[in-house]
Amino acid sequence: MVGPFAWFKWEALFRDWTVFAEGFKTTIMVAVLSLALALILGIVFGVLGTSQLKLAKLVSRVYVEFIQNTPLVIQVYFLYHGLPHMDVMIPVFAVGVLGVGVYHGAYIAEVVRAGIDSIHKGQMEAALSQGFSFWGAMRHVILPQASRIVLPPLTNQAVNLIKNTSVLAMVAGGDLMYRADSWSSDNLYYGPAYVAIGLLYLLLCLPLATLTRRLEGKTGVSS
Amino acid sequence: MIQLEGVNKHFGHLHVLKDINLTVKSGEKLVVIGPSGSGKSTLIRCMNLLEKPSSGKVTVDGVDITAHKALVAKVRQSVAMVFQQFNLYPHKTVLENLTLAPMLIKKVPQAEAVKAGLAYLDRVGLKEKANVYPSQLSGGQQQRVAIARALAMRPKIMLFDEPTSALDPEMIQEVLDVMVDLAHEGITMVVVTHEMGFAKTVADRVIFMDDGLIVEENSPQRFFENPTHERTKSFLSRILR
Repeated sequence: MVGPFAWFKWEALFRDWTVFAEGFKTTIMVAVLSLALALILGIVFGVLGTSQLKLAKLVSRVYVEFIQNTPLVIQVYFLYHGLPHMDVMIPVFAVGVLGVGVYHGAYIAEVVRAGIDSIHKGQMEAALSQGFSFWGAMRHVILPQASRIVLPPLTNQAVNLIKNTSVLAMVAGGDLMYRADSWSSDNLYYGPAYVAIGLLYLLLCLPLATLTRRLEGKTGVSS
Repeated sequence: MIQLEGVNKHFGHLHVLKDINLTVKSGEKLVVIGPSGSGKSTLIRCMNLLEKPSSGKVTVDGVDITAHKALVAKVRQSVAMVFQQFNLYPHKTVLENLTLAPMLIKKVPQAEAVKAGLAYLDRVGLKEKANVYPSQLSGGQQQRVAIARALAMRPKIMLFDEPTSALDPEMIQEVLDVMVDLAHEGITMVVVTHEMGFAKTVADRVIFMDDGLIVEENSPQRFFENPTHERTKSFLSRILR
């Protein structure tokens, strides 16, 4: 009986290391770009969520609730399988960036909204009374203060985002998860493949998680 | 300089300002007094549109700001406000609090903004605190910085919304001294306050508000020595002991 972690399977994995390296690279790139997208969406919709304008608030609410309350997999399937039926073809890499970015944008919007709400409203009034526009006041007065509060939950979101890029495996996205899937379904060496990529995800996420804890200590969130 | 015509303000079913008509002349020092809940804070906040009137017209420096939304931010540059809770920017140093808006809004070059900022800090006696953060200052010092920040925009009008109400008693005088000093200049001032001594020495005119109405307005001398309305009398008797 050959064990799931037999040595020759590890040898095969190290022989094919470039396959995993490619996947690792794709995962990192999707993560970085979708994080950028999620931050932009999160800040815009987070700010809209604090707006006095009912319509802006509603738009933000709909986005957040719709995205947060449907599975990421379905959203990605929609981009991958659904959009082509409407003659919108986007490459699978972009599906990953868009899908994961929009998904986490909704979570970050909530984080940003809570952060802004925690800033005393006198700050906005002081800035407005000096002649700042709403967005000018946001940028120079409110967001810099909110960012200190928001940073720990934000890095936490980044960790989740990195892990969720693995959804790309379901649409042949060429990411780390997909490479491990396809490599091991050829040779049935599942054991080493999943352990190895698990460690690679850990390598990306653990430093961020540690950073989160350290930031929490700094802002006094956890104490 | 400031003109309110038929201004009403409702919060839900609370009618906080009732058909207010008021004109503040250029250079005038107007003091607004009245019991809490009388609408005096709402009144002053309508003057820079932090509070939007439910109806009526507010004209500031010749601009009808209730009609021209696009001009509100521009008008606010010359209408500085000092708040009860100071509202300094806690993530900025004292000096940065003074230079932020001039640099970003009026596009004053940094060197010039810093120089002017230090001069205004000197004027409120806090030049040596330029590089500390607001949280390291006492309440009185913070409010003096807030006044300096307001001055840094070189406003034509200064609005004070209960500037000493959040201060410990021993710190009130240092803030009032700065305000009295300011009043000797040509600047237009509207001050909501409970400081009757300040009203007596500085005001050109005092108005007394109650229940959303301007009940009485007069020169400070007449106002304090010879109030005509019952409500003014009872308020003054409670506050001047």
